[in-house]
Amino acid sequence: MSSQTEADRRRLRWQCRRGMLELDLLFSTFIDQLDAPLSAAEHADLLHLLGCQDQQLHDWLIGGNEPEEPRLRALVARILAAQSGATASSDA
Amino acid sequence: MGLQHRHFDALIIGAGGAGLNAALRLASANHRVAVVSKVFPTRSHTVAAQGGVNAALANVLPDNWHWHMFDTVKGSDYLGDQDAIETMCREAIPTVYELEHAGVPFSRLDNGKIYQRAFGGMSQNFGGEQAARTCAAADRTGHAILHTLYQQNIRARTHFFDEVFAVDLLRDDAGVVLGALVLDIATGEPLVIESKTTLLATGGYGQVFRTTTNAFINTGDGMAMALRAGVPVQDMEFYQFHPTGVAGKGMLITEGARGEGGYLINAQGERFMERYAPNALDLASRDVVARAIVTEIREGRGCGPHQDHVLLKLDHLGADVVHHRLPGIVDICRVFQGIDPAKQPIQVFPTAHYAMGGIPTDRAARVVAPVHKGPEEAVPGLYAAGECACVSVHGANRLGGNSLLDILVFGRAAGQDIERYLSENPHHRPLPQHTLDPILARLERWDRHGEGEPVHVVKADLRKLMEDHCGVFRDHDTMAKGVEKLRTLRERIEHARLQDHSQIFNTARIEALELDNLVDVGMATLACALAREESRGAHSRIDFPERDDVHWMQHSLFWREGDRVEAKPVRTKPLTVESFPPKARVY
Ligand SMILES: Cc1cc2nc3c(=O)[nH]c(=O)nc-3n(C[C@H](O)[C@H](O)[C@H](O)COP(=O)(O)OP(=O)(O)OC[C@H]3O[C@@H](n4cnc5c(N)ncnc54)[C@H](O)[C@@H]3O)c2cc1C
Repeated sequence: MSSQTEADRRRLRWQCRRGMLELDLLFSTFIDQLDAPLSAAEHADLLHLLGCQDQQLHDWLIGGNEPEEPRLRALVARILAAQSGATASSDA
Repeated sequence: MGLQHRHFDALIIGAGGAGLNAALRLASANHRVAVVSKVFPTRSHTVAAQGGVNAALANVLPDNWHWHMFDTVKGSDYLGDQDAIETMCREAIPTVYELEHAGVPFSRLDNGKIYQRAFGGMSQNFGGEQAARTCAAADRTGHAILHTLYQQNIRARTHFFDEVFAVDLLRDDAGVVLGALVLDIATGEPLVIESKTTLLATGGYGQVFRTTTNAFINTGDGMAMALRAGVPVQDMEFYQFHPTGVAGKGMLITEGARGEGGYLINAQGERFMERYAPNALDLASRDVVARAIVTEIREGRGCGPHQDHVLLKLDHLGADVVHHRLPGIVDICRVFQGIDPAKQPIQVFPTAHYAMGGIPTDRAARVVAPVHKGPEEAVPGLYAAGECACVSVHGANRLGGNSLLDILVFGRAAGQDIERYLSENPHHRPLPQHTLDPILARLERWDRHGEGEPVHVVKADLRKLMEDHCGVFRDHDTMAKGVEKLRTLRERIEHARLQDHSQIFNTARIEALELDNLVDVGMATLACALAREESRGAHSRIDFPERDDVHWMQHSLFWREGDRVEAKPVRTKPLTVESFPPKARVY
């Protein structure tokens, strides 16, 4: 599977612009912290997640309600882990 | 360069509640309507509004629009225009019913009527008992409104330009606005949208401050576009700060946390509000608490390695109270501070929340400015509504729940008046090529190659500068220094460079254009705040602590040319009732 192109990556970054600050922060932290490009499958999952409504994303990422789809659940967990990593290191 | 041109009756820049309500009205009347939004429409910031929208429906407690009007005038610290406030409070009632019919799922009472909650600043009988005036769709009112309006616009065949960034207005030599030059973010291609009328509905500009509740998209683009088109902005010194935002992040920690018994401490563990408000303590008014926090930090009693925040303690309340009564706060603290507020204190700092100022308009949402004959001449073809506009219903201070109302009422008013304008001006005017030149030149400036500072560095400095020099702590010296620093920063932008010059989804270019906008609205805010030598509503000055109705019962207008600030009279006469004369604003 080919990984994302530069243009794909940039497109993803704009999809991370949301109507709520909480989501902006979570997604931008996640994208900034990726140390390797996403695989095609991961990229597709993230695009799918970013296609969801802000209110839904808020419920999943902030409200602690897990998505039913396992792949989205895993991605939500990764995004939250990236945030808690960022929070811990800024405290240091 | 062969630019593509498109033609519409109405161009609406912004797809939040204000833009979509205007668009709906026009598209339903079969006008050709284009809505441009830099993000997908339902990601507009209106989606974040949870609290609700005010209307004197009297479903829970006695109420009427005149009481609502009194509260709004008083809340505005008497700077709001009373004709506009009367319009808004009267129109609130049909507006909410209209939303209900359109399908917004408002929370209900047992008798089936719309539920209404109590919010700060709302009274019965002109300052009497607490009123219940705020209608909510659970805790997702903004989301519900935005989605309903979007679906209806799709049905009415509004033409959406999604992920398209408006760069600048087109204005001919006679001063008529002819549309805008926009950029398709996906392709990087500029496009000329020629339109008989243009509505700016681009929302707020919280991103000019380091700590804000606003999403990344709130960069004041519409206000800056107006400024560059030679239109002034009004009352920019009035920016509402909330005392307790999550430090370094910005999200709100609601007053509810202090209402439940939470209190603030400094690095020495001292409950410092005892010194600033011995009676009200941590429940003193927002500006008092916000200024106390910043004063503690400025005097070296801030917490953490950088001494840049204070702590909000809830741990004495018990896990039960914290988790059951403040679940939203528990969630935010878990995700963004990695703590449980029932066990550890929350790091807080005042956060920039809402812009009362903006592009000056009249009640019909027409943009007005002094040109020849008086303070309020309409700029032909140009309208503004929502947080980017200043109509002015919020004056020096906005009441909770009045902003969703403002965007809906004046969004619709814009739609109505645009219809009238179109019937009188049915043809497109010719677009002279030279109106495009300065806009294209600005785009080309960001295409210059070579060494230079990156945009994000300048932006971070701007946001810090605004927070330090024009945040909640305002006096002459602090702000005068801020103006100087901002002038220097403005020059740095001339030498900033993009590293990435590709066309497709070049978000760096968009961020550069947003930075241009932020600098313009930042200067407007600082200049107006420095000029106003009194304290009124959200603008509180250490060196002028009192409201001064003799000298300052007036709006401020800021012009980009020469960073000039001028005065404009307040419209104190309502439409059908007696005006409310200024009184001391005590709650
Ligand atoms: C956290 C939070 C909670 C709030 N809660 C409440 C509440 O409970 N009640 C209340 O009354 N108010 C509340 N407010 C305030 C209220 O939400 C906003 O003032 C209001 O939603 C603004 O609506 P708008 O239509 O003016 O703009 P927005 O909804 O901000 O929409 C702006 C639109 O303009 C577009 N845009 C901007 N620049 C450009 C450009 N250059 N090119 C193309 N498109 C552009 C954006 O894409 C977007 O579509 C809250 C605010 C915040 C931050």
